[in-house]
Amino acid sequence: MKKHFGLLIITLTSVFCSIAQEKVEGMVMEANDAGKHIGLQGANVYWLNSPIGTITDEKGLFSIPFSNAYNKLVISYVGFQADTLTINGPKMVHHWLKPSNQLDEVVIQQEREAVQKTYFTSQNVVTINSAELLKAACCNLSESFETNPAIDVNFNDALTGTKQIQMLGLTSPYLLITQENIPMVRGASQTYGLTFTPGTWIESIQITKGAGSVVNGFESISGQINTELVKPLTDTPIFVNGYANLNGRLELNTHFNYKLSDRWSTGLYLHGNQRTVEVDMNDDDFLDVPLANQINIQNRWQYQNPEKGWVSFVNLRFLNDEKQVGQTNFNPDTGRFTTNAWGSEIDTQRFDSSLKLGYVFPNLPFQSFGFQAAYSNHQQDSYYGFNVYDIDHESIYSNLIFNSIIGNTQHKFKTGLTFAYDGYNELVNDANFVRSDRSAGAFFEYSYDNLEKVSLTAGLRFDTHNRLGNFFTPRFHIRYTPWELGSLRGSFGIGRRAANIFAENQQLFGSSRTIQLLGNGGDIYGFDAERAINFGVSFLQGFTLFDRPGNFSIDFYRTDFENQVVVDWENPRAVVFSNLEGESYANSLQIELNHEIVPNLDLRTAYKFYDVKTQYQTGLLQRPLVARNRFFANLGYETKTKENGSQWRLDYTLHAVGEQRLPNTSTNPVPLQLGDFVDGYTLMNAQVTKVFSNKFEVYVGGENLTAVTQPNPILDAGNPFGPNFDTTIVYAPILGRMVYLGFRFKS
Amino acid sequence: MKKNVIVALFLLIGTIGFAQEKNKKMTFEVDGRCEMCKMRIEKAALGVPGVKFADWDIPSHQLSLIVDERKTNPMEIKTALVAVGHDTKELKATQEAYDNIHACCKYREDDTDDNKKH
Repeated sequence: MKKHFGLLIITLTSVFCSIAQEKVEGMVMEANDAGKHIGLQGANVYWLNSPIGTITDEKGLFSIPFSNAYNKLVISYVGFQADTLTINGPKMVHHWLKPSNQLDEVVIQQEREAVQKTYFTSQNVVTINSAELLKAACCNLSESFETNPAIDVNFNDALTGTKQIQMLGLTSPYLLITQENIPMVRGASQTYGLTFTPGTWIESIQITKGAGSVVNGFESISGQINTELVKPLTDTPIFVNGYANLNGRLELNTHFNYKLSDRWSTGLYLHGNQRTVEVDMNDDDFLDVPLANQINIQNRWQYQNPEKGWVSFVNLRFLNDEKQVGQTNFNPDTGRFTTNAWGSEIDTQRFDSSLKLGYVFPNLPFQSFGFQAAYSNHQQDSYYGFNVYDIDHESIYSNLIFNSIIGNTQHKFKTGLTFAYDGYNELVNDANFVRSDRSAGAFFEYSYDNLEKVSLTAGLRFDTHNRLGNFFTPRFHIRYTPWELGSLRGSFGIGRRAANIFAENQQLFGSSRTIQLLGNGGDIYGFDAERAINFGVSFLQGFTLFDRPGNFSIDFYRTDFENQVVVDWENPRAVVFSNLEGESYANSLQIELNHEIVPNLDLRTAYKFYDVKTQYQTGLLQRPLVARNRFFANLGYETKTKENGSQWRLDYTLHAVGEQRLPNTSTNPVPLQLGDFVDGYTLMNAQVTKVFSNKFEVYVGGENLTAVTQPNPILDAGNPFGPNFDTTIVYAPILGRMVYLGFRFKS
Repeated sequence: MKKNVIVALFLLIGTIGFAQEKNKKMTFEVDGRCEMCKMRIEKAALGVPGVKFADWDIPSHQLSLIVDERKTNPMEIKTALVAVGHDTKELKATQEAYDNIHACCKYREDDTDDNKKH
């Protein structure tokens, strides 16, 4: 041992000696009249035009390697005159620096950016910005996806004309729909909620395909749609939008934004829409679109204090929505719950309030706290013929997030707590369902970014829920960039939810089907919670062709249900709810190609394939009314913007929907049998916008230009109180060509 | 025991005297010209233990950092930057390191901002 020790000492000494010989060592001092040795800490010592440099220590001492390649040693320090010494060999240097009158280095204090930039996210996120939203002028969130292939728009029922969205082959209940990251369209608002956000309020939409982030809860299964609303500080002070279509729908949107001080701004957003004209183009004596009336008022307050790092939003929203559907001769005052005529009214009142509070540590832009709390109260009173459906839903949601880093910003994490409460009170004909759901959870999400080739996000949350039990939810995303403009992504996640079977399937009330609940005594209407695994891969490649940009992408996702509340429409006399017994999955493949084919003309094309199968009472069948094949194309043309902002914008969209399987109608009387499948069809929309100046623009457009409609959207429409009446089997538009025009004024 | 206290006191004074901040903000100029340079510069800076945050601004060429001064100093960061081919005021990249950066990043030949193209 001793021998070894001695050897070590010798080695160490020799190492030190050899280093010392190849180094220039010395001391940097502040020049003073007395000639005292006052060391300068932190002075720069480096070889001119070399990559070699060092800094003096607390005593002013330094040591820098010597190389024959360089002989000019620069010594500099802020507030002192820099000196260059010629040094031709390793030696000791003592150097006094003279103070300079001028600072040669100025520290620039940068203003913090309002939004932190992310280079390449690990999640498959598509952002729809405001310019994109203007391509389809009508009218609310449910109609904002017409020009985007990631989301498919389906028809909910033959009565209300409500559009149902779907992603990866699954309908909206399996999507987490948030508004500024607060869960929004869920529970009682599942069916009509998307129509309660006016289009002009939307600033941008982020669509995340596949498993979302654990930060926003455990509910997302096939993806997440987040809507950012316009902000009082950045929205124009006055905005007016008027819209009218030839089928009698009128809309008015006004925004007023006011900056109260450097820190406070407020905005008042009013939306009203109305349809008083009765439309029955297919002569089945039923309204093709509802008579409707909506008032939607929102007040936002924005606070920001960049010096202190505080940001806050307070939102208040009130909504009143009334719809009347059914036979054209139905009069709600005299005909309600009579056989005079079949009719339905759906009245919704909703109040929303939310508070968001963000704090960014002033000297640490990567560290922040976020707190959000939301309260909503949703009341829907409705009847469909003799079926009564009322739902009250009171919801509280709060989330606390802490963001920071581990070591440096390549390793970030988010952690926090969630608390949620949902109280439901439903009246389904004579049956009353009362339920309250409470959950508390904690989450941790780590993200790594090597700033070049790889980034990943791994999250885990633990929740305790009074009906779903205690459970972990993992989510994982990875991105790899194999070469320039290429991006390979993968994701995996688990999601769970309590299915609100009536609220999500409200269209069933517009039929003579009996409702059968084949529960197993589970906690939610007698059913177990839904649970699914989602995983997927995607590849994106950007390219430049003829000097213009384009991109190609392909993605595949699979959702596998471990449990699902299966809604079985295969018996035309009933709708049967049961827990899943057997398989239920959704495979989705999307291939997309986008290119600016000639200058200013963008082409977007997508082909989508869905294989969505569920074990029904009668076997493993393709989900009804979900087309296996879809094709999408969009052409957008814009002229160059002139100095005053004037411009023409033209947009054309084509949706080709393939063959769809229909629910079984073989036990109906022969004239009311629909067959097993229905052929595909093609829909076209177009819009022209003329921008006169930065303040004023006018648009004209048409939806369903070729007037494709479903021949008999309502089964046995002539006999609405008979056993075969059914408005739920809708596979094509009910309304034919729809021409609209509108204007936007900004000031 | 008394001796220990005195030593501890000295240590304390020492720390106060040098004020090595855990989260020291600093800004200096680094040469480069595009989005690709930005990625390379920030990655190199973050690769230095003690660098917590790095943001290089393309138009002004300023690199803003948040650094744990107990672990590193500006010269060490600049050494890392020149190693990947980006010049700083004091240290300059070797020709070899400079030759390794992508053709579009060659700031020594053309110092105009080029962030739109990448």
